[in-house]
Amino acid sequence: MPTTLRRTSLYDRHVDAGAKLVEFAGWEMPVFYEGPPTPVRQEHTAVRTGVGVFDVSHMGEIETSGPQAFELLQRLISNDLSKVPIGGAQYGLLCREDGGVLDDLFTYRLEHDRWLTVTNAANHAQDLAWWREHAGDLDAQVEDRIEDYAMLAVQGPRARELVQAISDAPLPPRMTAATRRLLGAQMLVCGTGYTGEDGVELLLAPADAPALWDELLRRGAAPAGLAARDTLRLEACYHLYGNDLSTERGPIEAGLGWCCVEDTHFIGSEAVRGVRAAGPRERLVAFAIDGPGIARQGNPIVGGGGVTSGTLSPSLGIGVGLAYVPSGRAAVGTRLQIDVRGKMRPAVVREKPLYRKGP
Amino acid sequence: MSQAGYPDDLLYHPEHDWARIEQAGGSDASAPEATLGITWYAQDALGEVVFFEPPPLGTTLTQDEPYAEVESVKAVSDVVAPLSGEIVAVNEALAEDPAPINEDPYGAGWLVKVRLRNPAESESLMDAETYATTLHG
Repeated sequence: MPTTLRRTSLYDRHVDAGAKLVEFAGWEMPVFYEGPPTPVRQEHTAVRTGVGVFDVSHMGEIETSGPQAFELLQRLISNDLSKVPIGGAQYGLLCREDGGVLDDLFTYRLEHDRWLTVTNAANHAQDLAWWREHAGDLDAQVEDRIEDYAMLAVQGPRARELVQAISDAPLPPRMTAATRRLLGAQMLVCGTGYTGEDGVELLLAPADAPALWDELLRRGAAPAGLAARDTLRLEACYHLYGNDLSTERGPIEAGLGWCCVEDTHFIGSEAVRGVRAAGPRERLVAFAIDGPGIARQGNPIVGGGGVTSGTLSPSLGIGVGLAYVPSGRAAVGTRLQIDVRGKMRPAVVREKPLYRKGP
Repeated sequence: MSQAGYPDDLLYHPEHDWARIEQAGGSDASAPEATLGITWYAQDALGEVVFFEPPPLGTTLTQDEPYAEVESVKAVSDVVAPLSGEIVAVNEALAEDPAPINEDPYGAGWLVKVRLRNPAESESLMDAETYATTLHG
């Protein structure tokens, strides 16, 4: 691998845990941990039934602060940030004027005038430039905080009890964030995740991450890599930027109209308003293959559209994925034919999410 | 995953396939059979195999041409025929659970058995030692 790849502060821990490391968005990241014969399935199952921990320190952070921080974010982000209380979290999109999606991101309100937005690794530099370009005359500071935070996602039905046991105070509920001390280190604990399970995400100083990682593993969290993160998010029908979202796709066709509030006049709101009124030409649907086979990103759908994410669902044991299809063929139950490298695979449009966690 | 290794009783194709040529037997002693599979190196490079659809019985294989696909968590890879022939048996169990391809690539992870069309082709294959040296290029 080229020496320019960035490493997180947990790199040595990954090597020790037997990680298979791959390049991801300029970072050297664990894709899975060697050991069992089917490591990805094991990691996936650990998160569905117990608790897993992901190093997602490659994700970026942008801090927006100052008297007009809110005005800036409300202009940039598709959702209505006035709905976010101090300590709250919200999912939203960054759009171009034409509605094309630049990134999907979580924003946390740390203080009245201080916000932290988590970006996708591959988009971070571009997002930051976009932030600065639009800050203009506003009285708001935009800071790149990517070097200041490591990020761990602790996910699964046992995640909260495990993290609670080493926290100095009760954990924040789902979709909220709070500063806590874990093992004596101060960090931002967020009741968020991208696996379809309960859990928390921890934003902390990179130097504090290895000790926390060790303790989480000692208490039974399974280290889990990007491959399991992908199968988990796909079963939960969460979008992956670069696959299911791009500048070529708008929020409405991606099924993300719920996180767009046009009346805030965010950049791209007029385009979104138009598509919402007229209806999109295509829609992103979840599908399951009917029979054997796995569809993959790029496989065309007979009659129009194509697969943007596809995998074998470890929980369901069948090929599943997300695909853009003509709007007239997006209803649940619609039968599709997917061209998987020349072989036609029948599939059915399914309800989202493809997998729902147990009670 | 299983331990790295390249058994001495197999022949190897540069596309990381192996062939075990069986004693000619049965009614047609002139047409030996071979069991085919992918090597330890191939399964390790692929990672966790999640899908293998055996080709139908009777499918004709041509040496150096792909005859099937193995699909891992992230990628799809062609399986190349180390020898020409006609499929006389397939490892049906792998359709349900392809894990043996990773766990036991030379045993329970075999893919197909073929009746060889041109047994002399085996002379173009490598022995274990030669194949192993190609992996350290």
